[in-house]
Amino acid sequence: METPLVIGIVTAFWFFVGAVLPVLLQFFMWRSPNKGIYQIMLILTAVCCYIFWLTAYLCQLNPLFGPQLSVDMIRFMQMEWK
Amino acid sequence: MTLCQLFLQSEASYAVVSELGELGIFQFKDLNMKVNAFQKKFVSEVRRCEEMERKLRYIEKEIKKEHLKIPDYGENPKAPAPKEMVDLEATFEKIESELREVNTNAEALKRNFLELTELREVLRKTQTFFTAQGQEMSNIVGEAQHALVHDEGTTSGQAVQLGFIAGVIPREKVPPFERMLWFACRGNVFLRYEEIQQSLEDPQTGEPKIKAVFMIFFQGEQLKARVKKICEGFKAALYPCPESSQERQEMFRGVTTRLEDLKTVLNQTEDHRRRVLVGAQKEIRSWIIKVEKIKAIYHTLNMFSFDISHNSLIAEGWCPIQSLEDVRRVLKDGEKLSGSTIPSILHPMKTHETPPTFFKTSRFTQGFQNIVNAYGIATYEEVNPAPYAIITFPFLFSVMFGDAGHGTLMFLFGLWMVLKEKSLLAAKSNNEIWNTFFGGRYIIMLMGLFSIYTGMIYNDAFSKSFNIFGSAWKSNYTEGDMMGDGETATLVFDPAKYYRDSTPYPFGIDPIWQSAKNKITFLNSFKMKMAVILGISQMLFGVCLSVFNHLHFKIVIAIFCEFLPELIFLLALFGYLIFMVYYKWLVFDVTQSGCAPALLIQYINMFMFKYDPPKSDCDVQATFYPNQQTIQTVFVIAAVASVPVLLLVKPFYLRSVHNKKVLAKNALGALSTDALIPNEHTSEQSTSKNVTHVETPSVSGEGSSDIEMGTQPPPAPEKDTNENGKSQSKQNGGDDMKDINLSVNNIEDTSAMVLAHDDDEEEFEFSEIFIEQAIHTIEFCLGCISHTASYLRLWALSLAHAQLSEVLWNMVLHIGLSMDLPYIGSLIIFAVWMAWANLTIAVLLVMEGLSAFLHTLRLHWVEFQSKFYRGEGYIFLPFSFKHILDIDSLDELK
Repeated sequence: METPLVIGIVTAFWFFVGAVLPVLLQFFMWRSPNKGIYQIMLILTAVCCYIFWLTAYLCQLNPLFGPQLSVDMIRFMQMEWK
Repeated sequence: MTLCQLFLQSEASYAVVSELGELGIFQFKDLNMKVNAFQKKFVSEVRRCEEMERKLRYIEKEIKKEHLKIPDYGENPKAPAPKEMVDLEATFEKIESELREVNTNAEALKRNFLELTELREVLRKTQTFFTAQGQEMSNIVGEAQHALVHDEGTTSGQAVQLGFIAGVIPREKVPPFERMLWFACRGNVFLRYEEIQQSLEDPQTGEPKIKAVFMIFFQGEQLKARVKKICEGFKAALYPCPESSQERQEMFRGVTTRLEDLKTVLNQTEDHRRRVLVGAQKEIRSWIIKVEKIKAIYHTLNMFSFDISHNSLIAEGWCPIQSLEDVRRVLKDGEKLSGSTIPSILHPMKTHETPPTFFKTSRFTQGFQNIVNAYGIATYEEVNPAPYAIITFPFLFSVMFGDAGHGTLMFLFGLWMVLKEKSLLAAKSNNEIWNTFFGGRYIIMLMGLFSIYTGMIYNDAFSKSFNIFGSAWKSNYTEGDMMGDGETATLVFDPAKYYRDSTPYPFGIDPIWQSAKNKITFLNSFKMKMAVILGISQMLFGVCLSVFNHLHFKIVIAIFCEFLPELIFLLALFGYLIFMVYYKWLVFDVTQSGCAPALLIQYINMFMFKYDPPKSDCDVQATFYPNQQTIQTVFVIAAVASVPVLLLVKPFYLRSVHNKKVLAKNALGALSTDALIPNEHTSEQSTSKNVTHVETPSVSGEGSSDIEMGTQPPPAPEKDTNENGKSQSKQNGGDDMKDINLSVNNIEDTSAMVLAHDDDEEEFEFSEIFIEQAIHTIEFCLGCISHTASYLRLWALSLAHAQLSEVLWNMVLHIGLSMDLPYIGSLIIFAVWMAWANLTIAVLLVMEGLSAFLHTLRLHWVEFQSKFYRGEGYIFLPFSFKHILDIDSLDELK
């Protein structure tokens, strides 16, 4: 899968969770005393999870060295993982 | 939160306090702290309550003895009025005395029953003993005679009269009894015993005991006396046993009938006792609740002060402003209940005291608020870190725990506790460990949920990876490349050839790394950088939260001279580090892998301003983007410059504000001549020391001298005039002080004189403020560095967890799975799986879970909260029956 596509999808998802949903909650739950908690939870979840995913993705984007596998494993991989 | 006074009529006070206890939103202050406990007003009522409690405990014990369960209908009766208390007392008294009587009677009856049973057994056994030998009673006697007389050698067959006694003795005591008899009577008595088959119930303890019937034959009066004494010593019960068979049978019949009667009476007594207990059983729970409520009400009433002139009680307490209406309504209800005509008054007061801190929590947020409170209760009106901890706490835990399989188990455990909440709450357990886990059920559930997420990103589930999207590393080695022993020979994949075009595995770490021998090298780099990134982000968040504090307490100066320098310091140094990490990841790939900048060296060079020209075409220590030198220099200088700003601006600013205020006040206030003299006096004193702390009479008001040296009027009305809505932050000290001396001299030295004004209590002590700011600066700057390093525990623990998990797999389950035995293999794998599962739960879930929980706690309390949280408040503990009775099921009734 292409890099920009993957980044775009995941960013869009967490943007929806962390920015769009709280705004929606602002309107649909504006009377509830728990609205603030839900908004904080959504935003924090989105930020934390997105940063985590992004770091894991970016660190593998341009690897400077590759995995060192035993020869058996390589043979097996070539058989199983087409 | 406001301090209120309640004026209650004496008749209405009980009902009002009862209603307030049901409402549970008012915290009473103890106005009678100095009064001896036995001199308080309602001490006799409290004593009566204790007496009632004692009776109830006795009744409860009796009910439990009968193995009756106390039903829990979940009712919550209100505290009864004082007149009903007398009725309750009478009821309890009646039940208790009845129970005691029944118990005593039952005991006596049982004792009687036991004696008769034993007697019957004795008769029966002797009967069988004698008749078994047929009509040869004389033979028996002769035999016994022989046995006894044999030693003495008299052969004259003199007819000696043998006596015997019969009794019952516990079976355990028979051997020593026998021995004692032998020794004491020198072998001249003959003992025969036989066990009673059924066990008899001991009347006192109710335990079944096995006893034996014995018969002792002896000759002569002396031996009889001796034998009797021995029997007494062994507590054997002796029973008169007639000699002739006929008498015995008559006695037997008589005893049997008496036994039958006694049994009926005993049964009836038991029934009566049971009936009394069943009658009490239905009501006892609500009685216990009522008595506890009454006692709580009287304890509270003891805290009020009694106003004799108006026959009213005055109470003081804290109440949230939102709930004032509820309290007023409750007051009216109380009045109506007690039928009092004079209304009770609720009067909010203004005070300088710090109110207690109160956060409204639901059962979900309660757990997280508890975590925050364990470190320190939030200062009044300060930012509460708990809502943020709801997510950041489980998230940081999951970074350290990062295993999807273990996360699933933890999530399911938490989910079970949450779904079964009601029934688990109702089964009130005393086990502390269980209660701790149960109290954190939402936390555990969230931790498990996030662990599943981070486990998927780490691609680690029970130390195995998922390959959902296809690995990004494609190998097409030929057989010629793959020479050597299959297991030990290795090849390293070159990213240039075997990496799928810069399109990494879309979600998480590539599954190929799980089988790689250099997995740890790669993961270390990734996890360390992740830890630092997360840590700096959380610290940044903490610094930003402090803005809310500054805005709320209206210390605008703090935004410019605390928040901004802190932000600049953090971002310029550590934010830049994060930028470099991401830049290197994005820009440098394997074609330049020899030249990729060594971030560590670059960072050090930045601080040392060392920018040597590149030694070769490919120098890892040279700058790697244009204008790097300029940018880095600017950042370092900005960061270093922000330190003195953080250190110096605020204290001096506060001092100048304070001086201006003093000038202004002196310009307005007319100087009276008598004030000048003390002014000159104090100015001489002050110049001699750097910092002085002198109390003088104030300029304004003649009555001021009284106020200084005489009694202080009660704080509340005094402070009214000067209350200007400022909270009790420490930095606030300077703004309210008046310096009287300014008209005479200017303040030339660096310290300010501190004088207590009659209506101001706060002092401006420059050195204190300066030292405090210095400590804050040092703490922040050094803290930034050390806390960033401290966040590396996120890496360390996740590495440890992954390694432990792998060890368990390799050393335990793998061995079981790779055995090649046809049928026994399945048994072996069964046993091996059990070992693996137990170790997983014990070591990886419980031990690692607790460890990661602890480290997350530390990260929150120290690294995160030190950026904005002071935690110097005290908690709001309202008078609430729910808290006192600990009936959590009431939560759902409301």
